Parts: sequence; C-alpha cells; structure tokens
Amino acid sequence: MMENRFVYMDNNATTQMAPEVWDAMVEVKDLYGNASSMHSVGREAAAVVAKGREQLASLINCDPGEIFFTSGATESNNTVLNIARLLIDKGSERNRIITTSIEHPATTETVKFLQDRNYKIDVIPVDESGMIKMDELKKALGPDVLLVSVMTGNNETGTIQPIEEISKLAHECGALMHSDATQAIGKIEVNFRDWNLDYLSLSGHKFYGPKGIGVLAKKHKAPFFPFIHGGHQEGGYRPGTYNTMGICGIGKAAELAKKNLQEEHDKLWAMREKLRKGLLETIPGAVVNGNQEHCLPGTLDMSFPSAEGESILLYLDMEGIEVSTGSACATGSLEPSYVLLAGGLDIELAHGSVRFSLGRYNTMEDVDYVIEKLPPIIERIRSMSTRPFVG
Amino acid sequence: MKGRGNNMAESFKANWVYTDIVKDHFMNPRNIWKQGEDFVADGEGEVGSLACGDQMKIGIQVKDDKIVDLRWLTYGCASAIASTSAMSELAKGMTIQEAYKLTPAAVTEALGGLPDYKFHCSVLGDKALRAAIDDYLKKNNRENNLKSSVAQLLCECNNVTDERIEELIDTDQVTNLDELRDITHYGTQCGKCKKKVSDYFYEMMHIHGKTVTTPAKKDAEA
Repeated sequence: MMENRFVYMDNNATTQMAPEVWDAMVEVKDLYGNASSMHSVGREAAAVVAKGREQLASLINCDPGEIFFTSGATESNNTVLNIARLLIDKGSERNRIITTSIEHPATTETVKFLQDRNYKIDVIPVDESGMIKMDELKKALGPDVLLVSVMTGNNETGTIQPIEEISKLAHECGALMHSDATQAIGKIEVNFRDWNLDYLSLSGHKFYGPKGIGVLAKKHKAPFFPFIHGGHQEGGYRPGTYNTMGICGIGKAAELAKKNLQEEHDKLWAMREKLRKGLLETIPGAVVNGNQEHCLPGTLDMSFPSAEGESILLYLDMEGIEVSTGSACATGSLEPSYVLLAGGLDIELAHGSVRFSLGRYNTMEDVDYVIEKLPPIIERIRSMSTRPFVG
Repeated sequence: MKGRGNNMAESFKANWVYTDIVKDHFMNPRNIWKQGEDFVADGEGEVGSLACGDQMKIGIQVKDDKIVDLRWLTYGCASAIASTSAMSELAKGMTIQEAYKLTPAAVTEALGGLPDYKFHCSVLGDKALRAAIDDYLKKNNRENNLKSSVAQLLCECNNVTDERIEELIDTDQVTNLDELRDITHYGTQCGKCKKKVSDYFYEMMHIHGKTVTTPAKKDAEA
C-alpha cells in the first residue's frame, strides 16, 4: 500500500502555474504603468508586452506582429467566428463555415448562435477514434466556403487532427483556416507558419501560465475585425488596457514550453502509457477512448462498464486523485459527453468515462498510486450496480 | 506533485460538493443488495435506464403490510447512491402505505439538501420503491389503490395526472408533447399547466429512456 498522496490528473481542465512563471510575474509586479503610455513607466510595461509577444511567436512559429493577446481561447474562437460572420454580412460570396462535431463549446456554442441566425454551417462528423472524416470534409469543401475551423487536439480524448492537411485542403478551395490549438500547446509541436494557418487560438492556463490570458494568432494577410470595441491596443483589433502581468506570465510559459517540448512530450507519453496498460490489466472490461496513435501525450480517456463516471470521480477525489468525467451527472445536464457520443461510443460507456490528463508535475509514483486506488473503486461501484459487471 | 494550498487562506477552503450527510451515505451506503446475499424479496422494482445514466433496483420484504427489510442496487451518481441509501433507512419500518407516499423532497431533506440540478437524481429511489410495492401487491393478488392515492393533478381543467402521463409514456402511446395534448387535452383551457406538464413530460421521457420525436406536421385546416 502506497502512502496517501495528492494526485492532480486534470491538466486538460487547467494546469497549476509553473513556479518560473510566477517568479517572472512577481519580477514585473511594480511595472504598473499603462503599456500604451508614452512616459517611462508606460514604456517599461510596453517592453514586458513586447517580450511576451516574441516568446509566443517563437513557440508557435509566427511573426510577433501576428500575435494578438486576448482573455483566452474562448474569446479567440469567438473573434474568429465573428470575423467570418462580418465578412458574410458584408456580402462575401463565400458564406459557409465548416467545423466538426467535437470542437470545444467555445466553438460549438458560437456556431449554434450563428446557425440560429441563419448562417450556413457544416458540422463534419468524426470516426470512432475521434478523427475527422476526411472524405466528408472534402465533400463539404467548395467555392462557397469561407472558413474551416478544426481543433488541433481534443480536450477529452486527446485525438490529434491532421491540421496541416486540412489547412491545405481549405486553402485549395480558397477558404480561411482556423485551428483551436488550446490543448495541443506545450504537448506537441504546433507550427502556425508550416501549417499555413490563418488563425490560431490558445490559452495560457493550459500550459502552466496564468488564467485569463490567451492569444489569437492571425496571419498578416487574413481579414480581421475587432470582436469588442474600444481603444487602439493591438492595432485597435483587441482593445483594453494591456494585462502586463498576464502577458509576462504567458510569455514565460511559452518559453518553458518551447525549451522542454520534446522532453515533456516523452515524459507525459511514458506516464500515460504506463497508466493505460496498468488500468487495462487491473480493471476487467475497461476500454480506452479516442485515437491511440494520434493522441496528445498526457491525455487518457477510459470507460468502465457498469460504473458511473461521477461516482468514480468522487471516490477518486476521496483518495486525493483529481480527474474529470464525461458523465451527464457531473455536468448538470442530462446528456453525457457529446465528444464521446460523436465518435459513436455507447451511451452507457460515455456515462462511465473518466479522463486522466497528466501534466508536467505528475510523476511515475502518481501513476502507480492511481493504478493501486482505482481498481477497488471500480469493483466497489460494480458491486452495487444494477448491472453487475460480467467479465 | 505539490499539495494544494499550503498557504491558502481559510476563507478559500472548499467544502465537499455535497453535504456531510450525503458524503457519509456515499462512502458508507446502507442496505446494499450484496451479490450472493441470501435476501428473498417479496416485491422488486426497477426504474430508470442506463442510457439516462441512472438506474435503480429495490427489493422489499413485507410482513403485516410493513417493510421489515429492503435492499437496493444502482447504476448512478453520488446523489443517486446517497439518496437511495437515505431512503432505504427512512422506508424500513414504514407500512407500505406510508412508504408509497415517501417523496424525493423528504429524502432530500434527510440528506441535508442536494444541489438543485441534482434533485433529478433523487427521484428514482422512491419511484423504484413504489414499483417494488406495486410488485408485492400484484404478486399477492391484492388490489392496488395506492397508485391513484399519490397521483398529482397537473392539469386541473382536463383532469390530467402525473400518473396518467407516465403511463402513456411507458406504453409508448405518446412520444412528443403534441401527441400528449391530442390524447389528454392538457393545457387547452386555461393553459396554466403547460410548463409543469412539459417539464414533467421531458423528465419522464428521460427516466424511461424514451426518445422524443418531432411532431408530424398537420395539413393546414381549411
């Protein structure tokens, strides 16, 4: 029996800030000036913003002038879809938006909002591993498509989409290409220029930076309209006084992510694979969801038949292990995860799904601890289930 | 990994997601129907579906119309586990007439409250209990007038009860609100019950694992 410990395995929900990030933010705490002011205090703050911009540009391989700071990926996604909306309103001949059935709510809900207002939206389905159906995408692409928006890596299953290939197809038919790379940043290489993206969204808090700060990367030539209106910050495209400390933090997080990318990827994958194998060996009937070949290295989504996800989550919480679930019960809605259902997963398995998302500060001991604690929990839940598990 | 909030101010320390009583029932559920246990039920009830994410099964032993013992199983969340556990304690020792009138509100109260969105999870326990009592009466060839005694009038103008709506759903006679209106005429007079009926209809469709259909378009009347 291992000693009790605290194991945070919900890094796709959010991450703890890296100590280096916090230190960097504390270092600039006295630079209270408005980064738009001309005097010295303002110029000092402006230098912090400029450095952050360069750190982000270096991480995703784009020009610093293509980085626009936002409050997070939700705002970035909304901004991109709003650009498409305004282009259509202005009479663009292209008036169709293509997206997928597994996007983050920041995209799916915005798309629904547009759909309710009679904008034309195509939602491309995914296969059972959560990969976009390329043949369906090709069928949907045409001269009337304005924007294609596909996430890089999925927050629940970790499935990674072939963004470079999709971007090529989108551009071949003259459409703009956006990818929500929020979950992929810091875990796999994300390359704005090589993937030839027009827009990319990301959030600081998913890769050990602060919450409330994100980026919309926009290719120089791609159209841009502000989503909110106000001052001249970010060329007038994203008004609001600069969040100096937040930008300093996300910049530092980007620098760390770039420095440790390969090492971190390999470490996360090793822990994830150990966890996957360990749980498959010790829990009869356990299944792994999502694509296992093209997968974010720290994400493991599993289902346990005859056990409901919220119960699993809360029994794990009692043991100091923090995860999340696709069960309806945990979300307050009556439906389980739409991402898992979109891949055709049986509804019972969706209710019994648990997402482990490992991060930089997890260790192999954490993995061992979960492998020790989870099997008796599943056994216990199954022993009081109306459908006792028959292995 | 570092522990949480070592220096965290007391005011930010979080409570558990549910009350202490819920937590206790969740961690130590009472009256679980253990596999292989020698428990012969005089009546058994099962409600809910795996598709809806909550399923409940209850077995009761009855002597002189009193529930002397009961056992239960569930596929469900923490609220479902805790509310059924609490209900099992309340129901033990009750007459079947008393037990039939046990409400989710009474169970929730015994738990010290549930979050609003979790109330839904506590309705299955007492439904399963009533199903077990129905089964007991049926097995003993006894008349069951308990059902109508707890039925609630939802549409006063046209005398539509919750029991009637549930029966129509369970027997697949209605799959959308239009069909329900055509059969029961609910909401066609004063219209006050529309929201109540609609909420109840969708809740029951969900619990019974039924799919809501789109109403067939009617030809414009001449």
